Amino acid sequence: MKTFSKLTWPYIAWISAFVVLPMVLILLYAFTKEGNSIITLSFTLENFAKFFSDAIFPMVLWRSLKIAFFTTVICILIGYPAAYIIAEMSERKQAFAVLLITLPMWINMLIRTYSWKGILSYFKFDSQINVMVGMVYNFLPFMILQIHTSLSKLDRNLITAAKDLGADSIQTFLRVTLPLSMSGVISGITLVFLPAVSSFFIPKLLGGGEYVLIGNLIENYFISVGNWNYGSAISLIMALVIILSMYVTKKMDRKTGGEE
Amino acid sequence: MKKLLKFLSNGYLWLTMLFFYLPIVYVMVFSFNESKSLTRFTGFSLQWYKKMFESRSIREAIYYTLIIAVIATVVSTIVGTLTAIGLSKSNKVLRAIVLQINDIPMMNPDIVTAIGFMLLFTSLGVTKGFGTILLAHISFCIPYVILTVMPRLRQLDDNLAEAALDLGATPFQALTKVIIPQLKGSIISGALIAFTMSFDDFVISFFTSGPKVSNIAIYVYSSIKRINPTINALSTIIVVLVTTVLVIVNVVPMIRERKIRGAQK
Repeated sequence: MKTFSKLTWPYIAWISAFVVLPMVLILLYAFTKEGNSIITLSFTLENFAKFFSDAIFPMVLWRSLKIAFFTTVICILIGYPAAYIIAEMSERKQAFAVLLITLPMWINMLIRTYSWKGILSYFKFDSQINVMVGMVYNFLPFMILQIHTSLSKLDRNLITAAKDLGADSIQTFLRVTLPLSMSGVISGITLVFLPAVSSFFIPKLLGGGEYVLIGNLIENYFISVGNWNYGSAISLIMALVIILSMYVTKKMDRKTGGEE
Repeated sequence: MKKLLKFLSNGYLWLTMLFFYLPIVYVMVFSFNESKSLTRFTGFSLQWYKKMFESRSIREAIYYTLIIAVIATVVSTIVGTLTAIGLSKSNKVLRAIVLQINDIPMMNPDIVTAIGFMLLFTSLGVTKGFGTILLAHISFCIPYVILTVMPRLRQLDDNLAEAALDLGATPFQALTKVIIPQLKGSIISGALIAFTMSFDDFVISFFTSGPKVSNIAIYVYSSIKRINPTINALSTIIVVLVTTVLVIVNVVPMIRERKIRGAQK
């Protein structure tokens, strides 16, 4: 049976080249001077210093975090009741509802975002609201599906038991159903917050050009400006902030008693 | 009271569905618009469909999207499945390390993965184009295949493959005749996920493609600056195609099941 373990070798070579090496390159670019070739490396912290001394970039990072946070909160507020209602339906109807929610997800995200352009032009929202609508639209299905999965796995006997023991519907919900579905909410948060922070085509498509998030900055530095060193530094900072917020969320999950 | 609650919750769900489907229907309606406007419907016309089918760049974008998705799916399914099998027979430390690295592309924001590829290809002096997009797609699809196949492998009975080997099967035969058939279901779902990921990708394609190769998403992104109703037509076609495939995949088994049940009665 050990012979089969050789099957891993090609993939180990593959991830070394296509996963590890790219990450090393981002690090290398972030810590070296502009226009640096691999042969004459000179390390610097300039790119990071520039980030913190610049007035625009910390502001943009803050704005991206804020908009991702509100998007996530709205997705929970809209998504939880929807998932709850679906979980209460008959099995047939549940399957159908899940299919209806999954279906738009198969259509390219760009096309789905683009499709809001027309409708949003009737309302004269500011760019921030437009972008938020686009984000909620793109990421809400993930939230609903995650919460629905955790709700449908929930042991119905627990709810019956709570009711038998004299809890009213609200108490049952707050003290049994909600805590037990928190793991779904948490994985929903991961699936919404992460892509929302780093998204760059939603602000580009719906924000009307002047609305910039951290993803747009990165795109600019790589595609238009061509300062890859600084772009790498921004990406690193963004990745760190995301990892940190994921860590905090996971911690919260453990406190609320979620699994995994 | 109960009726009211039911009414309210149904209404809420319909509103959510309206939110999901309204923009899609809106685009479909305006794809038949006579004028360029996205807000005023001036009359029925098929001119945007005509323009779409005449456009070479759209035809190419569709071609590249499909061919990349197909090749990426085939390659990532094969590599992913073999790797998963290999991992299940490897020692714990190696498995843990590989799975940890395997997680990186899935945990990383797409844009970070994308610039990683971009830096890699330029550092190696590779010209960006069809090959680079394809490599990137294969690369981000494999982790999903591995993660779909691994759980099923854990449930497999090791003794079956062992028995095959004892009875004189070569390792290759044991692999193709004993192990892989048992994994069929999870391999198919892994392949489906890979296809969707590739078909749907924009960010990584955008950073790894050269000026000559665009998929549908890149085409939409680059032509969005000016109002371009051919995108409405293209979107409509994609929505219709995807819906048809999904309905067939989901509804046909339901009907068949009902028929079987009917026959049993």
